[in-house]
Amino acid sequence: MKRILLILFLAAAPALAVQPDEILSDPALEARARDISAVLRCPVCQGETIDDSNAPVARDLRLVVRERLVAGDSDDEVIDYVVDRFGEFVLFEPEARGANIILWFAGPAMLLIAMGGAAIYLRRRGSAAEPAPAPLNDDEARRLREILKE
Amino acid sequence: MIAELGHFTLILALGVALVQAVIPLIGAWKGWPGWIAVAVPAAKMQVVLIAAAFAALTFGFVTSDFSLRVVVENSHTLKPMLYKVAGVWGNHEGSMLLWVLILALFGAAAAVFGDGLPPRLLARVLSVQAMIGVAFLAFIVLTSNPFDRVAFPPFDGRDLNPLLQDPGLAFHPPFLYLGYVGLSMAFSFAVAALIEGRVDAAWARWVRPWTLAAWMFLTIGIALGSWWAYYELGWGGFWFWDPVENASFMPWLLAAALLHSAVVVEKRESLKSWTILLAILAFGFSLIGTFIVRSGVITSVHAFANDPERGVFILAILAVFIGGALTLYAARAGSLEARGVFGLVSRESALVINNVLLAVSAFVVFIGTVWPLFAEMFFDRKLSVGPPFFEKAFTPFMVLIAILLPIGAMLPWKRGSLAKTLRPLSGALVLAFALGALAFALQTGRSALAPVGIALGTWLVAGAASELWHRSGRRLARLKRLPRADWGKAASHSGLGIVFIGVSTLMAWNVEDIRVAKVGETFSLGDYDVTLAAVEKKQGPNYMTTMATMEVDLHGEHIATLYPEKRFYPVANMPTTEAAIDNGFLRDVYLVIGDEQKDGGWAVRTYVKPFANWIWAGSILMAIGGLLSLSDRRYRVAAGARRSNAAASPAPAE
Repeated sequence: MKRILLILFLAAAPALAVQPDEILSDPALEARARDISAVLRCPVCQGETIDDSNAPVARDLRLVVRERLVAGDSDDEVIDYVVDRFGEFVLFEPEARGANIILWFAGPAMLLIAMGGAAIYLRRRGSAAEPAPAPLNDDEARRLREILKE
Repeated sequence: MIAELGHFTLILALGVALVQAVIPLIGAWKGWPGWIAVAVPAAKMQVVLIAAAFAALTFGFVTSDFSLRVVVENSHTLKPMLYKVAGVWGNHEGSMLLWVLILALFGAAAAVFGDGLPPRLLARVLSVQAMIGVAFLAFIVLTSNPFDRVAFPPFDGRDLNPLLQDPGLAFHPPFLYLGYVGLSMAFSFAVAALIEGRVDAAWARWVRPWTLAAWMFLTIGIALGSWWAYYELGWGGFWFWDPVENASFMPWLLAAALLHSAVVVEKRESLKSWTILLAILAFGFSLIGTFIVRSGVITSVHAFANDPERGVFILAILAVFIGGALTLYAARAGSLEARGVFGLVSRESALVINNVLLAVSAFVVFIGTVWPLFAEMFFDRKLSVGPPFFEKAFTPFMVLIAILLPIGAMLPWKRGSLAKTLRPLSGALVLAFALGALAFALQTGRSALAPVGIALGTWLVAGAASELWHRSGRRLARLKRLPRADWGKAASHSGLGIVFIGVSTLMAWNVEDIRVAKVGETFSLGDYDVTLAAVEKKQGPNYMTTMATMEVDLHGEHIATLYPEKRFYPVANMPTTEAAIDNGFLRDVYLVIGDEQKDGGWAVRTYVKPFANWIWAGSILMAIGGLLSLSDRRYRVAAGARRSNAAASPAPAE
């Protein structure tokens, strides 16, 4: 129960995630910081970005992101910096390397398979001869008469 | 006493469900009419018994009976009555009770409206429905008894999670469950058809309304949840690709696919085995959703009474039903012969493509949702899959669907010509390009998201309108006489277009301002001037609040006074934000008040959110489309010729 309360608490207080005092004076840098924050996951929360989260560690990460940007890092360098310290768990967009290639290619591969199956099916339906409808059985014939009578 | 009665009727319901699961099935197999006839009264009896148990639990909540454990954990005497009632399903045990109540309701509805069905099919359908009932009733009775008493009742309860104390969220779960559980009807019909080895147009006519109803409820449930997130969480996010959201979205996608493939079965007697498979999968994903929410295997913001033991139980239910149904499918699907013959360019083909795209997109959502679990189990990697993945991997499918939809909807059955079909749509196409280009010109140097979304959305809406116009033979008088199903189709498809416009523009053109404002200070955001007029502390019924008074002016003209709040619920020890929103047709002004700063100012967030309401308006329009189709008289004809005038005139051929 405590754990649930904790989870709910963390989920409950995302408002005012980015505090006014964190914002950089350079709007271009700040915009980059926001974009980066939107793909980094808060390590202690349940599926929130550091941009949305109100947890202290999220705030620390937001400050780190801004520090690195001010120091002149590129976006990728900032993300790598955070990933080096917290692991790939913080990446909301999993990198397409190793087993993750399966993840990224599963959709397109499935689409190809499905399209192939559909194409075979459609060609077959196009060339098939329409079978004669099966004759009604007694029950059905009776029901048909009933319906037509009304 | 009343609680014990509730517990007792619940156990009785389990017994009735057992009888209903076994006797009619044997009766249908052996052809014993007496045994077959057990199904209908048993289904009605079940709903009465479960409703009694549900009423008993509701009574416990309404009267704040703190000798009941769930009431202690989820209620409080000071809580407003609406939330005392909503508290019944605001917890694991109560929500499972609601789940089985809805399951029984659907079963009883099939029993009541099913007098036009062949008695054997009805007996089998109700038997399968009762098997699901047995599984979940046993789950409640054995692992999640809502009528559990506490030895030492406390003076007051621990309050419902304040985030759930909200009208939008009070009704979000019932609608979702109506959707999830509604798909059980499609499942039961599919399994019954597999047992019979027979799927025909009449079967599809029976399955479609249930699927349509389930899809409609899911649409409303998802939209309510998203709307709630938008105004309650305090920054206007409306969809997070959270595992639990995905769990409701996958059945929605599959239900949408099922609706369309059932049309092909009904009209053309093709796609039979695929439709059966979809019906099994759609309900399977509802069960997976239940499993994800309640087992805690995947971390989610919705973490809700998760308990591994219960998870294992639900996993077992999932394995038995889906495994069983798929085995039956593997054994029987081959015997379902397709009849309809059609060309490559035809409505049938278009609906096949629709099904491919919807099913594969559901698969993408599925793999993204379970990938963290897979990666940890098999590759020992702890990773996350979040919005950026889904936005990239899922969106292309929606773009394809939107491009193809108006064309497919216009194609004739059997065999058509693309050139002929496209001609009436040329106006819609031009309009879509024009509005997309206009959006591109209005925004400078931003992503293509909004122009593309607007163009696609316009294409869908204008395409649906052109289709209606074309079907009416370009005469206004005949427009009114078109079947309701045509109107429903147009409404749902344009609803989708409106959602497209809302989502894309909201994501692309959202404007945000975060600052510290002193009381009396005015600041501007775009064309709007916002003044923080006052901040007061107040006392609510079961919370304390910090309420700001903010004036919003547009071009010097006063348009709204808004009162954003920050609340604190002392019993649950939780803060919440209550954003204040000035809703508009083209934009929302969205204000949030935050913490007091050291120098005496307040943290204030201001957003201008373009077209936000279009997302929910579009969703409602989609649901209304479902309702219109549901009220089409073809279904009343199918429902057993109870009205002679309806039965006499054949369904209009399309």
